Amino acid sequence: MIVSFSLNGSPASGRVERPISLLDFLRDELKAIGSKSACDQGECGSCSVILDGVVVCSCLVMAADVEGSTVTTVEGLESEGTLSAVQQAMHEAGAVQCGFCTPGIVVAATDLFSHNSSPTTREIKEALAGNICRCTGYGAIIRAFETLAGEST
Amino acid sequence: MTVRTEQPSSRIDDGIGESALRPDGIAKLKGEFEYAQDQWVEGMLWGATTRSPHPHARILSIDVAPALAIGGVHAVLTADDVPGRASFGLEHPDQPVLAKEMVNFWGEPVAIVAAEDDATARRAAAAVVVEYERLEPLTDPEDADLRDEVFRRMRIRRGDQSASGSVVVEGFYEVGMQDQAPLGTEAGLAVPDGHGGVDLYATSQFVHADHEQVVASLGLRPEQVRAHPTGIGGAFGAREDVNLHIHLCLLALHTSQPVKMVYHRSESFTGHVHRHPARMWYRHEADEDGNLVRVRAKVLIDGGAYASTTAAVLANACYFAVGPYNCESVSVDGVGTRTNNPPCGAMRGFGAVQVCFAHEAQMDRLADALGMDPLELRRKNALESGDSMPTTGQVIETPLPTVEVIDSLAAMPIPEESERAGLPGGSGLTTEEHHVVRGIGYAVGIKNLGFSEGFDDFAQARVLLTPGGAIVETAAIEVGQGLVTILAQIVRSSMGVSSVEVRHVDTSKIDSAGSTSASRQTQMSGGATLEASSRLRARILEHFAGDDLNDEGVWRDGELVVPMSRVTEDKWEETVTFRHPPTSPPDGDGQGVVHADFALAAHRAVVDVDPELGLVTVVRVDTAQDVGKALNPQSVVGQIEGGIMQGVGLAIMEELILDHGVIRNPNFTDYLLPTILDAPDVEALLIEKEGSWGPFGAKGVGEPPTISSTAAVAAAIRNATGRAINRVPVRPQDIAL
Repeated sequence: MIVSFSLNGSPASGRVERPISLLDFLRDELKAIGSKSACDQGECGSCSVILDGVVVCSCLVMAADVEGSTVTTVEGLESEGTLSAVQQAMHEAGAVQCGFCTPGIVVAATDLFSHNSSPTTREIKEALAGNICRCTGYGAIIRAFETLAGEST
Repeated sequence: MTVRTEQPSSRIDDGIGESALRPDGIAKLKGEFEYAQDQWVEGMLWGATTRSPHPHARILSIDVAPALAIGGVHAVLTADDVPGRASFGLEHPDQPVLAKEMVNFWGEPVAIVAAEDDATARRAAAAVVVEYERLEPLTDPEDADLRDEVFRRMRIRRGDQSASGSVVVEGFYEVGMQDQAPLGTEAGLAVPDGHGGVDLYATSQFVHADHEQVVASLGLRPEQVRAHPTGIGGAFGAREDVNLHIHLCLLALHTSQPVKMVYHRSESFTGHVHRHPARMWYRHEADEDGNLVRVRAKVLIDGGAYASTTAAVLANACYFAVGPYNCESVSVDGVGTRTNNPPCGAMRGFGAVQVCFAHEAQMDRLADALGMDPLELRRKNALESGDSMPTTGQVIETPLPTVEVIDSLAAMPIPEESERAGLPGGSGLTTEEHHVVRGIGYAVGIKNLGFSEGFDDFAQARVLLTPGGAIVETAAIEVGQGLVTILAQIVRSSMGVSSVEVRHVDTSKIDSAGSTSASRQTQMSGGATLEASSRLRARILEHFAGDDLNDEGVWRDGELVVPMSRVTEDKWEETVTFRHPPTSPPDGDGQGVVHADFALAAHRAVVDVDPELGLVTVVRVDTAQDVGKALNPQSVVGQIEGGIMQGVGLAIMEELILDHGVIRNPNFTDYLLPTILDAPDVEALLIEKEGSWGPFGAKGVGEPPTISSTAAVAAAIRNATGRAINRVPVRPQDIAL
């Protein structure tokens, strides 16, 4: 079957011939490599995307089920070639090391700040509780978003 | 002509000591950075691996026909298809590229497949029929020790072996098997060059070691194989050893097509080595005043099925078995066993982590027996510059500010929590607040920097000056730690040129940088880069008779005499191979100058425990660390916080559970990793004592955060509960039952 949906504001479609996840469909068929595959079972959040307004692990969504949906990945979050406020805050705080978790964290944090421009530290932690980072120990990630939250209050 | 009154190079932005931002940060934040997993070339095949379902078995037959019969399958290879050396290994080539007659651990590769897509390749790998005769696996390392199934025994004897003290404490300690769990699994692409050679782009910490092992097993000439650095999603030791590298090259050359392979997470847990589980028996003796008089230890680590780096990890565990303390009478006996458990090798801390948990528990017990403050006991016995290592007798020549590290940590206030860290048990909401007991624990750890025991440890780097700025060429691997930032900062400060690009080049273009391990690249590749850029600057200044260099060109007496455009009309490049001070192998008693440098850190953990349910929350971990000179403070703090989190993971949750050699939790649902809700608050003090041989006096900083943080958390749980806590990870039953 052909699956058509909106990917980062542009129409996207591809042939889905077997039961594959949205993550594999994005990466292997559409060559949208920003979303990462790290655990294959929805535990680490590296593959997080925003599907019809909700953050999901794209490894747990069947590609065939996104027909007609709106999907935003990390590639859709910069604005006109410059980093978004979430991305810039992470860059400046040193919240990126190996960077493999980064796309998922950018997606989850973007969703958080789109609903709540000045989250508390607790709210930041809860919003990112599904995203595992193995490098930073989370300190710089928390500081990045505390700073961003402080700027908007 | 412009006139300047100050030295332009001293004002350069993003030089050493500043928190320059990562040059690859923007690409990573946009999702544009290419990792090994993201590589894709037209016409490539996908590889997959057939693995042993048994920890120990004889292979009676292998039938590849059912796999080859599947449409889209291009090759199925077994041990018979390995043209060169049948085995590989970082230190000893004892691990079969593909198992031939025996399988010795659960998940050992038996066959490899190339097919037109990933799913077909995995289906074909599962279709290979292997007939096994199951054998009893040897899984208890103490049995292996008795049967002399060992990779190495260590014997350290220093001082009067009959010395004794009036205050004696003994203990048995155990450390579980931790996994590095880098977020990027093993991945790579091999591309045949059309002339019988191959280009390999695979996850690695050490491309020159991969190159050597690929060349040997493929039976090629060195120049026929090029191993390229590629984008890496973390490492922590898991990528020092070969795993899919030789397989990819075999498949690519066999099919004459590019082949890509990406391990799934469950496969990654068997595809790389782990931190050695350890069992340790200790006896400390002190006089009435708390001076250590004698330390005896037996250290057993399980190497699993193949050698990997077990010999070196064991040596490290034994050399640092006493910790950063003076003691004139020491004996340590170590053994690294061979079993049918998964192979173990490098992980951040490399043997020092396991013994630190034990020696710090012993120091606390000793303080308790003496009725002495535990920090006072540590200060009293602190090993400092000019002292001799309690194990090897080596005099410590580089700065080692042990007392200052301890005092600085002790002086750090424990802030009132503005917001509760959350009750132990988290969202389970099982704990009632009035049951919660707080505990505080301290630990100090020490480890070597760089390679030891006479290993010829070197790193090559090349610095070029071009019209576009300076370029550093290196085969050192950026795994996320920030070497790419540090090397550019070194060149900016030493050359005076602000535009610097770091290029990761393949094994044919430059000599080895050594492994990205042992906390060594800042000192080693950083040292090579500093020397190359300094020499290049000196040559340029000499050539143009100048006294300063910056972006504008060569200066003399405050005047610009040669503009940069003219300077770079000539070709300027300098290649340096840097070596640290030489070390030597130990003598028969483990004595000698076996290490090049040392670093230490101290940690203070604050925990909340529900003793009834055995649940723990790590509220905060503060630290003071000996860093030499912080070349990039933000990056150093990043290493410290990340290392502490892995140490906390080992203390309370991270363990591979083995059942007769089979890993029962090879996935992120059952192998628990700390999430952001588990992250303690961290305050880090960087203790800068220059004098090490690293660039600008820098020491490696990656491992010390992981060494004593585990021990500090265990001490804090002990403090809260009064339980002995002789094992990490600490499980609920260790507290509640």
